[in-house]
Amino acid sequence: MSARRDSTTSAPSHVRSDSILLANVSRRGFLAGVSAFGGLVLAVGFPAALRAADPPKYGRDGMDDGWVDDPLVFVAIGEDGTVTIVCHRSEMGQGVRTGMPMIVADELEADWKRVRVAQAPGDQKRFGNQDTDGSRSTRHFFEPMRRCGAAARTMLEAAAAARWGVPVGDVEAQNHEVVHRASGRRLGYGALAKDAAKLPVPSRDTVKLKDPSRFRYIGKGNLKLLDAPDIVSGKAQYGIDTRLPGMLYAVVARPPVYGGKVAKYDAAEALKVPGVVKVVEIESSPPPAEFNPLGGVAVIARNTWAAIKGRQALKLEWNDGPNREYDSAAFKGTLEQSARKPGKVVRNEGDFDGAMAGAARRLEAEYYIPHLAHVTMEPPAATVRIANGKCEAWGCIQSPQAARDRIAKRLGMQPADVKVNVTLLGGGFGRKSKPDFMIEAAVLSKAMGGAPVKVTWTREDDLHNSYYHTVSVEHLEAGVDAQGKPVAWLHRTVAPTIISTFNPEAKNEAPFELGMTAINIPFVIPNLRIENPDATAHTRIGWFRSVSNIPHAFAVQSFVAELAAAAGRDPKDFLLELIGPARRIDPRTLGDTWNHGEDPDRYPLDTGRMRRVVETAAREAGWGKALPKGRGQGVAVAYTFVTYVAAVVEVAVNDKGELAIPRVDVAVDCGAQVNPERVRAQLQGACVMGVSLATKEEISYKAGRVEQDNYNAYEITRIDAAPREIRVHLLPGDFNAPLGGVGEPGVPPIAPALCNAIFAATGKRIRRLPIRDQLKA
Amino acid sequence: MVTLNVNGKAQQVDAAPDTPLLWALRDVLGLTGTKFGCGMALCGACTVHLDGQPTRACITPISAAAQRKVTTIEAIGADRVGKAVQTAWIEVGVPQCGYCQAGQIMSATALLKQNPKPTDADIDAAMGGNICRCGTYSRIRAAIQRVAGQKGATQ
Repeated sequence: MSARRDSTTSAPSHVRSDSILLANVSRRGFLAGVSAFGGLVLAVGFPAALRAADPPKYGRDGMDDGWVDDPLVFVAIGEDGTVTIVCHRSEMGQGVRTGMPMIVADELEADWKRVRVAQAPGDQKRFGNQDTDGSRSTRHFFEPMRRCGAAARTMLEAAAAARWGVPVGDVEAQNHEVVHRASGRRLGYGALAKDAAKLPVPSRDTVKLKDPSRFRYIGKGNLKLLDAPDIVSGKAQYGIDTRLPGMLYAVVARPPVYGGKVAKYDAAEALKVPGVVKVVEIESSPPPAEFNPLGGVAVIARNTWAAIKGRQALKLEWNDGPNREYDSAAFKGTLEQSARKPGKVVRNEGDFDGAMAGAARRLEAEYYIPHLAHVTMEPPAATVRIANGKCEAWGCIQSPQAARDRIAKRLGMQPADVKVNVTLLGGGFGRKSKPDFMIEAAVLSKAMGGAPVKVTWTREDDLHNSYYHTVSVEHLEAGVDAQGKPVAWLHRTVAPTIISTFNPEAKNEAPFELGMTAINIPFVIPNLRIENPDATAHTRIGWFRSVSNIPHAFAVQSFVAELAAAAGRDPKDFLLELIGPARRIDPRTLGDTWNHGEDPDRYPLDTGRMRRVVETAAREAGWGKALPKGRGQGVAVAYTFVTYVAAVVEVAVNDKGELAIPRVDVAVDCGAQVNPERVRAQLQGACVMGVSLATKEEISYKAGRVEQDNYNAYEITRIDAAPREIRVHLLPGDFNAPLGGVGEPGVPPIAPALCNAIFAATGKRIRRLPIRDQLKA
Repeated sequence: MVTLNVNGKAQQVDAAPDTPLLWALRDVLGLTGTKFGCGMALCGACTVHLDGQPTRACITPISAAAQRKVTTIEAIGADRVGKAVQTAWIEVGVPQCGYCQAGQIMSATALLKQNPKPTDADIDAAMGGNICRCGTYSRIRAAIQRVAGQKGATQ
């Protein structure tokens, strides 16, 4: 925190070197062993980098570069009283630029009307981890940001007490002022900023956090989205909107097959297109793709349209490489074959084979979920310029630190000489965690002598060259007793792993994929085996909002409903019986060593919370109510990103097989909600995305090439087919207890709840997504 | 060189006549509020008004826009209905990432100017061309209904 007049620059100019942070470490160091999460006085050790020898590290401590809670890094107060708070996570619609600064502002007793938000560039050493993914921002940074605001408040109080010559205990910060209780004297934050900035940052053990009953913004839902005024007036700046003097515009023709490269090209016609300046080849990187650009041929022009026309005029020949025969229809058969044979056992309890042999009845089902694409409304776009040995980049990036490191590596520069500015993201959903598109801009700027170059991906580029959600076959078998109660459960999950994008030899799902509702199911079934047969990737596989939970939850929650139907039981009651009584399960006992990176002691799998969201969604939806013909309800639950979400979907299917979704009830237990208004928005949006992927979305391949070019072939749910009403029911939480994720957990229960509702309405069981016209058969 | 009337101002655009209005607005005139989403009139992110009619700028060549009044998101707040729509968007908390919302607001404003009391079916028909990947549809509907229910907002 420092006195500062200019609050408009994008990076906080006041930020001092790391030496300030390190200088405080010795003071903090003696508290290293203290663990006081949950108290009003917090003391939680020192930066993760300094504790490398202390295994194991969970949550924010386990992330690269951990966390920082230094107010000198995150807060600046101008002499006019304007408080500038740095947001170090990327805004992609989840509301983090509102929520994160709100936490600081609340503890700081700042008046939100006088708060400005500055977006941090990629610099994890300074700001702590910046990978905006995994539904982690609030759950990891709630406590550090509270301490950050509280420390700044403490410094302002100390400055006021010193000014008045009174004990600091006699003064109190209140809504952008410090008040001397006895005399009623007041000093505004602007008047105190200079003095406060000269004071040492208080040690964590002395910083008093507010009692949650005194929060003015946290948990209230009383603040409008920070960027909304700019968004509705066209002023908001996304990655695609960057404009620099002398900027050139590029589009790239990339290899249509993963692992392919340019065989030869002829740029003569492209160069004749008015406005085209240059044609540049980008060297291909052989698999694994990692975060590297795919390579190809770039057309650089005076405007985007000229670049697009220039690209159309290129004569290109590709060497397609080893994935040239990838055919998703054939690959479905390959996955099915694997799913019907034993595979790597990843969890095994009791005696599945013996119990199956003795079961009264055996059931089996196979589910197919295709590749998906994020199709963020803003396609990937980035701008880079290089001058005087420094590179500056702008982009819609979820991982600015990775972008910085990778650009530096590709250009042969030091990361310190590369600055990555984070714009707003027109959607992220995991696609923009990969900085390949930013590296392209860097390569092209270098090819143009450092001139600013903006690379824009067209929608076709986005669909043809994404990092796709995996494709999977989920094979389930169960043996049930005479009452239809499951006594044996087998789940074989077969899907190319995200790890293949980094190690082409990887053929099994990683712990973080299996730990997404495949192995960590808490069902009361005595004999249970979960297997993961091999699968080979033939395209770039990547994270997609809620990741492997999509196929796993679809299969598991559909199969539970199938078992309920076979038993003639109510699906909700049957689901609750399978979950069993309320208990806290150590995820490690389920074979889940990952637990979303969180401490299994702080974040056990709590079946009481799981039951509660099911019961809440069912009650609010009027579960079991009389419905006319062609209508039905379905329920599903998923525990993902340490949050519990249940959905009850109500559908109407007419005689023509046309599907409508009049209503969805979603119950959420993510712990306490910092910004409940945005939590609702995220759950509503996730519901629509879940409906969209269940009903319409599929990426398919022929001859190694994605078959979908644009939104006409890769359809997204539009307003007419979206659920007419999405009611979100937030379960109350405790701000002194661990928080759960919000961005992703709303997606996984939707597809199974929808298909379970379709079964209730029509008797037709959907086992292959997307649904498309399967109801019309 | 094509002369465009954009937001009430005559502007010289140095670009080929087949250049889509979208790229002329964004790259030549610097009006980046109008967004690129698909380039094929499939997603509505580029929606502007041509003589008051909602139009996809990504497939409209500047030669076809030359004799007409172009209104973009940057100027829609000067219109009474446009302003009411913008306000409702903020009050209802419609935007998530916000990228598609310029197009949504342009479509919604055109709808409400022509049909001050739209039914659900009217909203579906008018807004069906605008995709929102964040899934803000229920709030878009609520915001349109909010404006429609405000006395004097649309007339």
